[in-house]
Amino acid sequence: MYVQMEHIYKTFDGFHASSDVSFGVEKGQLAALLGPSGSGKTTILRMIAGLDRPDSGDIMIDGMRVNDLPGSRRGIGFVFQNYALFRYMTVADNIAFGLEVQKKSKKEIRGRVDELLELVSMQDLGKRYPHQLSGGQRQRVAFARALAPNPHLLLLDEPFAAIDAKVRRELRTWLKEMIRRVGITSIFVTHDQEEAMEVADAIIITNLGRVEQIGTPDEICLHPQTEFVADFIDAARYEALAAAKSCEEW
Amino acid sequence: MKKKAPRTYQEDIIGDGISSIQKVREPHRENEGRCIKYVLIGVCTLFLFVMLVLPLIVVVTNALRDGWAAYREAVIDEYTVKALQLTLFAAVAAVTVNTVFGLFASYLLSKFYFRGRQIFAALIDIPFSISPVIAGLVFILTFGNVGWMGEFLKAHGIRIVFAVPGVVLATIFVTFPFVFRELFPVLNAQGKDEEEAAALMGAGGFTIFRRITFPHIKWALLYGVILCAARALGEFGAVSVISGHLRGKTNTLPLHVEILYNEFNTTAAFAVSSILVVLAVLILIARNIVEWRKE
Repeated sequence: MYVQMEHIYKTFDGFHASSDVSFGVEKGQLAALLGPSGSGKTTILRMIAGLDRPDSGDIMIDGMRVNDLPGSRRGIGFVFQNYALFRYMTVADNIAFGLEVQKKSKKEIRGRVDELLELVSMQDLGKRYPHQLSGGQRQRVAFARALAPNPHLLLLDEPFAAIDAKVRRELRTWLKEMIRRVGITSIFVTHDQEEAMEVADAIIITNLGRVEQIGTPDEICLHPQTEFVADFIDAARYEALAAAKSCEEW
Repeated sequence: MKKKAPRTYQEDIIGDGISSIQKVREPHRENEGRCIKYVLIGVCTLFLFVMLVLPLIVVVTNALRDGWAAYREAVIDEYTVKALQLTLFAAVAAVTVNTVFGLFASYLLSKFYFRGRQIFAALIDIPFSISPVIAGLVFILTFGNVGWMGEFLKAHGIRIVFAVPGVVLATIFVTFPFVFRELFPVLNAQGKDEEEAAALMGAGGFTIFRRITFPHIKWALLYGVILCAARALGEFGAVSVISGHLRGKTNTLPLHVEILYNEFNTTAAFAVSSILVVLAVLILIARNIVEWRKE
């Protein structure tokens, strides 16, 4: 397992955000943390990133316990829900920031920025500012920025929440292909069952700070282990049926 | 009359209404609406004329009543220059201290959550609601000879009350909310995400401040500094209580104006007032430039 969470507990002012959370994500996998809002999925992601500290339990990345390691030294890239692009920097400067902090040479930085702009097909938009971009373009910049320092693990917090419903499906496919092409282990948070089913290799379902079930989309769909999962997925199935799709097609 | 010049910008300080003026759209063209508009324009113009323009004209005409030579003499008078120096010194000190404090406090309250946040924010607003005279008295009761730190200060030969440090302290006290008040909403609206993103990429605290936070707040910061300076230059009440009115030593410009006026030296009083008016106009221009740049 590339990422391993072991018996993680976390409370905020008496609220149990995580209770005995344990799961693993294999190298190269694209995993989804799926659950209703308030189920503690973002907290888990933030703890992996080092933005929050667990009260107890171990976070392992690549076989090493990282609890005491600052987020910047965990080899991760993070895509925030609203992308958190640096609004006073151009697209190119946004992507270059992480490399500049690492004191890479100017030439190397420029090469990497061009490479990433090409990867997300935004070669001509490097001089734009974030407020001049569409939602989808911003997501692509956030993705490129997170990848710039060559992380081994990509974390995405509700990557499609800030996107128009119309282009969401298109971007989903794009992001999935991108992650495949880069071959980076990724974990994304979502509350949308259909999104998780369509994009992820593995799904971790959370509810009330606990992990309800871990499995592939098929396993979860066909063999829900708890009543909560059955309900939660059923709702999704109805939504999907309405869109003329069945569970097996996923 | 003695407080005339400070009053003009003190009224401005209350709100930052100018920037919201652009948001007002012209309403539907209805006769009734138009009628109200002109009545309101009339009322406001009249009010501003009586309260602002007229007093300013009075200041200028009275200052120049005895001719240019008398005006010049009053302005370059030794005590006037000393008072101007002290006023500027106190203003610079207050702006420096309050900029640092305002930055820290607004950053703390907008980026961290802890119990007592609201109380903290409310405390910072106290100088807005408390009479400056009381602020001055508080310092006398704290640092004066009979005050509870009086013995200690005396034993160490430190003079605060009726000395320059007291003037500076009082000025700092009455102006400390300004920078905070301007910065806090901006920082609060920005959220923590951009800073967290930068930190995750390995940026240190200073780099984050310089490259992420500062570009976001620089105009608000400058605006707060300008408001703070404006208020510091015109402060009368608190300084009046604590300074002891020692000519050439602890007299600021507004206090100097009062002394001249009480000595029936009206021309000189108005001449010195005109210095404050000029400073006020300069600040007003700076403020509008900043406001315009702030978008």
